[in-house]
Amino acid sequence: MLLNNLPILSILIYTPIIGGVWALIVGDRQEQTVKYFSLAVSIITFIFAVILYCQFDPSYGGMQFIEESDWIKAFDIKYHLGVDGIALPLIMLTSFTTILVILAAWEVIEKHISYYMCAFLILTGLMNGVFLALDAILFYVFWEAMLIPMFLIIGIWGGPNRVYATIKFFLYTFLGSVFMLVAFLYLYTTVGSFNIEALHDAPLSLTVQKFIFVAFFLAFAVKIPMWPIHTWLPDAHVEAPTGGSVILAAVMLKMGGYGFLRLSLPITPDGSAYFGDAMIVLSLIAIVYIGFVALVQEDMKKLIAYSSISHMGFVTLGFFLPFSIFTASGSSSGAIMGMEGAMMQMISHGFISAAMFLCVGVMYDRIHSRMIKDYGGVVNTMPYFAAFMMLFAMSNAGLPGTSGFVGEFLVILSSFETSFWVAFTAAITLILGAAYTLWMYKRVVFGEVTSESIAQLEDINMREAFILFLLAVVVLIFGIWPEPIFEVMHATVEKLIEHIIHTKIL
Amino acid sequence: MNVDLIIILPEIILLALACLVLMVDAFSKDPLHLLTYWTTQASLLVVMALVLFYFPYKAQVAFNGSFVSDYMSAILKVLMCGITSVVFLYSYEYLKEHKFLKGEYFVLGLFAVLGMMIMTSAYSLLSVYLGLELLSLSLYAMVAMQRESKAASEAAMKYFVLGAIASGMLLYGISIIYGLTGSLDLLTISERINVDNVSHMHLIYGMIFLIVGIAFKLGAAPFHMWVPDVYQGAPTSVTLFISTAPKLAAFAMAMRVLVDGLMPLVSDWQSILIILAVLSMATGNIIAIAQTNMKRMLAYSTIAHIGFFFLGFIAGTASGFSASMFYIISYELMTMGAFGMIILLGRNGLEADMLFDFKGLSQRSPWFAFVMLCIMFSMAGVPPFLGFWSKWFVLQELVASGFVEIAVIAVLFSIIGVYYYLRIIKLMYFDEPDSMTTIKTSKKMHFVLSINGILILVLGLAPNILMSLCLMALAG
Repeated sequence: MLLNNLPILSILIYTPIIGGVWALIVGDRQEQTVKYFSLAVSIITFIFAVILYCQFDPSYGGMQFIEESDWIKAFDIKYHLGVDGIALPLIMLTSFTTILVILAAWEVIEKHISYYMCAFLILTGLMNGVFLALDAILFYVFWEAMLIPMFLIIGIWGGPNRVYATIKFFLYTFLGSVFMLVAFLYLYTTVGSFNIEALHDAPLSLTVQKFIFVAFFLAFAVKIPMWPIHTWLPDAHVEAPTGGSVILAAVMLKMGGYGFLRLSLPITPDGSAYFGDAMIVLSLIAIVYIGFVALVQEDMKKLIAYSSISHMGFVTLGFFLPFSIFTASGSSSGAIMGMEGAMMQMISHGFISAAMFLCVGVMYDRIHSRMIKDYGGVVNTMPYFAAFMMLFAMSNAGLPGTSGFVGEFLVILSSFETSFWVAFTAAITLILGAAYTLWMYKRVVFGEVTSESIAQLEDINMREAFILFLLAVVVLIFGIWPEPIFEVMHATVEKLIEHIIHTKIL
Repeated sequence: MNVDLIIILPEIILLALACLVLMVDAFSKDPLHLLTYWTTQASLLVVMALVLFYFPYKAQVAFNGSFVSDYMSAILKVLMCGITSVVFLYSYEYLKEHKFLKGEYFVLGLFAVLGMMIMTSAYSLLSVYLGLELLSLSLYAMVAMQRESKAASEAAMKYFVLGAIASGMLLYGISIIYGLTGSLDLLTISERINVDNVSHMHLIYGMIFLIVGIAFKLGAAPFHMWVPDVYQGAPTSVTLFISTAPKLAAFAMAMRVLVDGLMPLVSDWQSILIILAVLSMATGNIIAIAQTNMKRMLAYSTIAHIGFFFLGFIAGTASGFSASMFYIISYELMTMGAFGMIILLGRNGLEADMLFDFKGLSQRSPWFAFVMLCIMFSMAGVPPFLGFWSKWFVLQELVASGFVEIAVIAVLFSIIGVYYYLRIIKLMYFDEPDSMTTIKTSKKMHFVLSINGILILVLGLAPNILMSLCLMALAG
């Protein structure tokens, strides 16, 4: 078949990037052309992602579709791409979200539409690059380059306090990442390679592993973000335009999680085990404490931002449970369940948080306020919208039948194998999540119509309905039938668990 | 022909051509000095061609070991001529716009290039000193050329006095080393240092003066005081010149003196350079945050970059020195673009060197705003731009030599540095412009500046060639 010979991973990276540059060249004057062109590019990218999904062999846990060529010969840095069961769902998520973001910007962005489309398309390509890179330096280049479009997106199209938020975002993430770079350089001098798979197999002493783990932790924990280095996220979310918030929550946060899976756990398994309990404690703090913080927010976007941090706590919990589960029970089945649950949580949170931010965006476009107190009784004027938002709020709270339930449930279930109290604390989120989400929903949507402007609201148009409908379908499908995601990642997660429970210390 | 003369032929020809330019200018009555300008550019081209024609595939020594032509010197000389040519192109636009177009500017520039070339090829302390003085004296005069400007005169005075002190220090160091080893020849010095009867402590005493001299010329903290004042006070085209090609010569000087001459003392000068590097990165990055003048900010950023540049020397290996060379070359590219932008924005004899002059540039000129964006992200060390690789290369060598803590300190300071580069981007992209006057520029300048920006991006995507070149230059 012709498709077999295509460098499909490179296509996934460069289609959006070249498309983005072209959108910039077409320019603002041909607004409609730019919009349709960008939409076409994002759809083509998604089609390629679907082709990749169809051709992917789920029974094999290693890297597939490998592309490898020299980049910087003197240091053996390679242009090395590959995809496995962990990266594939994230690629699907990224390319799917891009379509939504471009649709969401359709009539909303008035300033420099071609810049906007260009920034998002390039961002998509770079994010795909992060998920596909198998060379540490290539990974780092994509990882950092991604900050540039996001910096501009928040800074140009953001809210009143955007400059503060975007510089904070940039510096925070940059600060974390440079330590990762030093760790890579150190690994190169000890192992002699930048190949991530070679680094997985390289033996390292415990002391070295601890240092490298901390360096990686700084990079990924800032990105996820974990308590107590999460403070950039609420600021960035509040100030970012709707599309920026969607990408930030749906994909960018997942990079931190992906980094743990791709680098921290396999390269420093003993370091990870050493810090495993600390990580579990930090995750639980994020889940519970940030849940309470979300409860008192008055700004809807801020509330969803905090809820994201809390949900991402489940992800890190699931990633670092395997060590204590394995010590407690000696079997890896519980560990696999926890990690798969965490992966599922990442994917599902991608859809749900995107949906929540889009819902806020829909209201913001009409009333130009994000404050909960400015709303009330929206259901009277926007019934269809209220129905959609109901579904997303429920799934954010983890209602069974929606995708939000699956991941949380699996993580909580597996945490019983380590200790009842961990499971108990994590399960508090089911109450807290329901409390902050539904309470916000009640204040915004139900009740009497509170103001003149609410009374004049128009319900969602076809475009908005289409975006929310797409997300609703996905959230429900994966809630009832999560198998397509588990199927592709099962072999890879199994291999990963098998790898990390064996010590690398010589 | 005498072999020695062939080895030094490019320098001799350059000297002759510089004199020719002086004559041409004296007899030409053209107020635009077009003939002078084009003769200058042609001279640089001729010299560049000569260096390439007599490319030294193996090191050749001339004049009883006081002059050497090797891989590194040839590459550096070609770069110097190329960079100076671009600098003169910008300068011509600038001088014309600011109405003090003078032929001497180009003559002095050519003499400065001659000085740099001699420094690059110097193989004895005396020829190092000669080259350095020829370069410095030309630069003092160039800074002072704008006679009506108080700031320029002040800058020239400061530059001259402090530069003279530095030269004195250097000379003192040279005399001590000469007294101890009985030779000015760098190779002989390094041989004799290994002999037991040379006192180690006295050698270090002399070496410290040499390092102070080098640090002064490069502008490393704590010998950086002249940098901000000269950068700000001098006409922008002169600042551009000072901050580009002479830095390559200073790199060559450091290579010759520290590596060719004092390599047996490597562990001693390493620890001194660590102090200089950390201090420079700290001073440069932190003080740059408080600046409101673009030229002054870039001056502090230079100090920080010089600190980073020293890290490659600290690694103390051939590939570490290559990393420094790569760093300084990519720094030249970026700084050339940055000062080019300042020249571009200035008009009608007014300098546009304040930060707020960059406000809303993305609306006034999207293309040049993008070029500046590339330069700023590159200086900040964000991939995929060239500046990332220069930092990466240096850090790589540093970690490979076991200086992990210093690498961590370096990245911490570079994060502080990111802030003030981001501020420029913020001004250009997030703020509204004060006026929407369009930017008018000559086609040549437009073209060269665009190439400069694109090069920073392209070399960032494919740093392979430049890296191999630097590794090769110092491998022998």
